[in-house]
Amino acid sequence: MTITFEPEEILQTIEMVRNENLDIRTITMGISLLDCADQDLKQMEQKIYDKITQSAQYLVKVGDNLAARYGIPIINKRISVSPIAIVAAHLDQEGMVRVAKTLDRAAREVGVNFLGGFSALVQKGLTTGDRALMQAIPQALAETETVCSSVNVGSTKAGINMDAVAEMGGIILESARLTAAQDGIAAAKLVVFCNAPEDNPFMAGAFHGVGEPERVINVGVSGPGVVAHVVKSNPDANFGELANLIKRTAFKITRMGELMGRAASAELGVPFGIVDLSLAPTPAVGDSVAEILEFMGLERAGTHGTTAALALLNDAVKKGGAMASSHVGGLSGAFIPVSEDAGMVRAVEAGALTLDKLEAMTCVCSVGLDMIAIPGDVSPETISAIIADEAAIGMINKKTTAVRVIPAIGKKAGDRVEFGGLLGGAPVIKVHPFSSSKFVRRGGRIPAPITSLSN
Amino acid sequence: MGSDKSNRGIVTVLGMDQIGIIAWVSGKLAENKVNILDISQTILQGFFTMIMVVDLSTSSLEMGELAGTFKSEGQQRGLQVNVQHEDVFTYMHRV
Repeated sequence: MTITFEPEEILQTIEMVRNENLDIRTITMGISLLDCADQDLKQMEQKIYDKITQSAQYLVKVGDNLAARYGIPIINKRISVSPIAIVAAHLDQEGMVRVAKTLDRAAREVGVNFLGGFSALVQKGLTTGDRALMQAIPQALAETETVCSSVNVGSTKAGINMDAVAEMGGIILESARLTAAQDGIAAAKLVVFCNAPEDNPFMAGAFHGVGEPERVINVGVSGPGVVAHVVKSNPDANFGELANLIKRTAFKITRMGELMGRAASAELGVPFGIVDLSLAPTPAVGDSVAEILEFMGLERAGTHGTTAALALLNDAVKKGGAMASSHVGGLSGAFIPVSEDAGMVRAVEAGALTLDKLEAMTCVCSVGLDMIAIPGDVSPETISAIIADEAAIGMINKKTTAVRVIPAIGKKAGDRVEFGGLLGGAPVIKVHPFSSSKFVRRGGRIPAPITSLSN
Repeated sequence: MGSDKSNRGIVTVLGMDQIGIIAWVSGKLAENKVNILDISQTILQGFFTMIMVVDLSTSSLEMGELAGTFKSEGQQRGLQVNVQHEDVFTYMHRV
């Protein structure tokens, strides 16, 4: 029996984990709750609690064992469930809040840190269940710890439901107000999507889509630090060479996700869904997407050239990652959250990165405006208009876009908010002072684009 | 791809060279009934670097438990010791 690996290969892997923050960001178990509907709310709560706690009983333990066995940290173990607006379509606002609390209890019982799926898909219109769920969001998120919520307001096939967009502005603001003492943390657990993926393992936007099986394991990889190291070590590489280096690195990172997904699936007896090959930053030093862009040769993320740099990065990550996994899905690309990325925070503080530039960046990266603190005196219509812009980018470009902004109640541009942990902290970023309210209040739907007529 | 059934681990020991590293590691492995299949060892810029392929099929400890023991005892000696299932390296470096 001989060593089949070069020492350099083994040491490279160890270096990635030890110094470059390579980790598996999340193993997320999707659980269908479609069979838990019941006219009797008490019965329904019991069914939901039992199904989640039984399905995910060993999730955390298996995750911890795999991390020890393979020597690759698995940061989060999480759960996504069927959109509650569908599962609990017959309930009113109060009933929805009770379901959220049941989800929270079940999540705590099995030891996961987030549970996603307090969600509604309203791109074409609202059912009574959707309406009840949306109205329940602020209270549900303020009075639970682990529950995450998402609302899909648009798609390339359906267009944008501007009535829902108009409502979401107020819902985000109210969520922040109810948790003002914690810097509006409830709004950090709420995402508004266009073209939401049904198999995304990342929070806060994870939910278990209706096309998904009974249970599924989805894995989200990470590793901005590993890519940053490669880019930093090759300051003279031209763009073709740089793209190639990033592809090879993304391949290696994604292979870890594939390995962990298959192993978790085998140990839990739950089918393996997808690897989401996203570069997800954390507030930790050296685990930043902004730093990758800066190592490419930009003085600060957000300056001219940032969108091009991000486009190259995002595409190379996808190309390398797609080769590494049998099934790729979810969001898959580079994430550009502000508060969760120390380099982004620095760029905002330096005045290099603005909301407008972030919006441009979302045209070429995997998601959207993410974890951005905005002034607390923002009007609900302005938030809605931000959502509309972002949804339009997603709709026209046939990609997922999302908005997760946190109105910092009582604070203004330049002040700081702190969410703690993986959510980090960030300076409050300026929004345009000019009103969008007449536009937002028009009502109705923005028609699906001509590109939707692809049949 | 990989070897789901295999129970081979890769032990890596990194740190300042000192007397008795190999004796300690191999003693610890023997104590837990872990068979050593191959060893490669060099000194890179004064840093002791050893890579071992081991078979845990007769081991009295799980891979994760062995990794935990080596990690904490290694730290006391100023050494970074990892024990990882070989699939990590197969997956990452072999197509």
